[in-house]
Amino acid sequence: MTEMSGAKALIKSLEKQKVDVIFGILGGAVLPIYDHFLNSEIRHILCRHEQGAAHAAEGYARASGKPGVCLATSGPGATNLVTGIANAYMDSAPIIALTGQVPTTSANTTYMIGRDSFQEADIVGITSPITKYNFQLKTAAEIPETVKNAFYIATTGRPGPVLIDIPKNLQTEIAEMDFSDKIGIKGYKPRSKPHPLQIKKAVKLLMKAEKPVILSGGGVIISNAANELLKTAEALIAPVATSFMGKGSFPENHPLSIGCIGMHGNPVANKLLCEADVVLAVGTRFSDRATGTLDTFCSSAKKIHIDIDAAEIGKNIEVDIPIVADAKKTLREINNRILKQGKNREDTPWKIRVKETKQQLNQPPNKNDKSLNPKSLLFELRKILPNDTIVTTEVGQNQMWSALYFNALKPRTFISSGGLGTMGFGFPAAIGAKVACPNKPVVDIAGDGSFRMTEQELATSVTEDIPVIVIVLNNSVLGMVAQWQRLFFKKRYSAIKLGNSPDFVKLAEAYGAQGLRAESLKEFSEAVKKALKSDVTTVIDIPISSEEDVTPMVPPGCGINAQVGKY
Amino acid sequence: METSNTKVIAAIVENKPGVLQCIANMFRRRGFNIESITVGHTEKKGLARMTITLSGDDKTIEQVVKQMNKLIDVIKVNYLEKENIVARELALVKVKALDSKTRSDAINCVEVFRGRVVDVSPESLTIEITGTSHKIDAFLNLMRSYGIMELARTGLTALSRGAKSISVDE
Repeated sequence: MTEMSGAKALIKSLEKQKVDVIFGILGGAVLPIYDHFLNSEIRHILCRHEQGAAHAAEGYARASGKPGVCLATSGPGATNLVTGIANAYMDSAPIIALTGQVPTTSANTTYMIGRDSFQEADIVGITSPITKYNFQLKTAAEIPETVKNAFYIATTGRPGPVLIDIPKNLQTEIAEMDFSDKIGIKGYKPRSKPHPLQIKKAVKLLMKAEKPVILSGGGVIISNAANELLKTAEALIAPVATSFMGKGSFPENHPLSIGCIGMHGNPVANKLLCEADVVLAVGTRFSDRATGTLDTFCSSAKKIHIDIDAAEIGKNIEVDIPIVADAKKTLREINNRILKQGKNREDTPWKIRVKETKQQLNQPPNKNDKSLNPKSLLFELRKILPNDTIVTTEVGQNQMWSALYFNALKPRTFISSGGLGTMGFGFPAAIGAKVACPNKPVVDIAGDGSFRMTEQELATSVTEDIPVIVIVLNNSVLGMVAQWQRLFFKKRYSAIKLGNSPDFVKLAEAYGAQGLRAESLKEFSEAVKKALKSDVTTVIDIPISSEEDVTPMVPPGCGINAQVGKY
Repeated sequence: METSNTKVIAAIVENKPGVLQCIANMFRRRGFNIESITVGHTEKKGLARMTITLSGDDKTIEQVVKQMNKLIDVIKVNYLEKENIVARELALVKVKALDSKTRSDAINCVEVFRGRVVDVSPESLTIEITGTSHKIDAFLNLMRSYGIMELARTGLTALSRGAKSISVDE
């Protein structure tokens, strides 16, 4: 037990959790905490908007596998974190959000909780449905235990954001602090080991399967199970489709990779999933964008569903063999059991079917087409970027083109806002990823609409010396909604025109970043190579047609086997 | 109003501020329809027991139990099968009783239903009645003819029959 202030105990608790960086913006209700940063090794990165801080913390977390931390003041600081917290919740990312709060009590003033004080917001109430858990501190002495529990909850089981709301008076209050490591949360005992009987049943079904397909989700990346997945796929000769969040869990240049499923999924993945007789779904939650209408989704297949979150079993899809456990541990058990049966299966008709379907449906870009189209650009980008490059995306057409045409080869190298679909996520997430992995190139594939939603973080990347690359596929419209208006609203375009403002090259330069424009594939290639060598953030502006659609596409209300349009 | 589709869930939860809101929020967000919630202390310090009645098919109830289990402040959740529980609700009802005839009629009804008159004024009677929700509904239907001035129902609370209990490890 040692006596110290709440703010000092907070910093010490964060250091104990091996936090090396915090993304945040200060304000009145967190001044005592910021004063203690001056005595700490923890790097504080001053963002330009709290939403950026929260997304950066998520980018950091998803690139590194370690929890990301963001910090904001009370009231508007806290509410500005909300989109970032909701995003982390939907995509199961472990982030810790620290917020200042007005004091619990005040002598002689009414600057206190419950009096509608200056910059007071009920952030605990606001974030209760979008956090895995949240705390409001009542005494300073709770700080060490709360921080420890927050990190434990955020990073174990199905990860998610945890918020700690810290009233200002507790930051300066002196108390006896207990920094013991013991964890005891009555209502939280995450389970991780698979049930042996379920493993036995699953392997029996898989070994009998003639047309098995593996559907790999974000859970495989979270549990670091990519190697185990690769072994399972090769042992079973099962093609691997991924959910959008699972992109990167299986190398997309592997002969058994069939791409992402879903509304704008790879046609091979959508087709073969509907032909499968057994589907092994790992760490995925069967979201509506992934499955399309449920009556045709894998309708002829027996389904095995592995997920660490029991509530995901049977939530959207009825399954035959549920396994509530960690993906890595489960796949390892499955692999051991397959190996014991000693049957590495030979070339099967199904393997040939996979190969032929890929040849038929996944055509590379036409080499004679010199136009600046997203497919050629993204194929070209893959050729230039080193394999370990971390790619983030914004949301909309840029994101779906990236899912279709940019092969992710390793886990944690493709980071995008899957569940919430947050425009403006990619750029601050790229900054966070670069902080986590300073030796890897980090590229945000952006659209002009999305990038503008958090572009102010250019200042963060320049002043904090965090060089990333932003590729703006600039079609001067809010492209995805324009596409929907084109296809489903008889081309009645409403509120989609962004025009040619701003000039992204000048915008980059105004922030002290490098701005480049590419008007041909050759210029694009040169610009990316130049950006990779740059020690300052580079924005590459690429004008593309505003009429370009993302295809193929599953029309709303259809099954994924009813995809229209060419890859 | 209890229907044939009404299900009963019992939960042991942390007895601290914000827990009820958190659970109610989850129900609202996921579109689960609560008919009643009762909350009170348990035999163990720091823990509260919550009895929730709601309507839905088996699949919905399974999701409700799973989603409740996910909440950190919920320590244990059980679905209580209606055949195997003792369930009670309490109602306080104030009825109009302006003359001695209606007054004695009403008191007769109270006796049949094993309720108690807990307050009397020149114009009214206040009656306490305990039982299953069906019994209370039936009693209230009778009282309607006298004129119900005010009604407070607690919602259902329940325990499973026999020695079985929802235990929480220390």
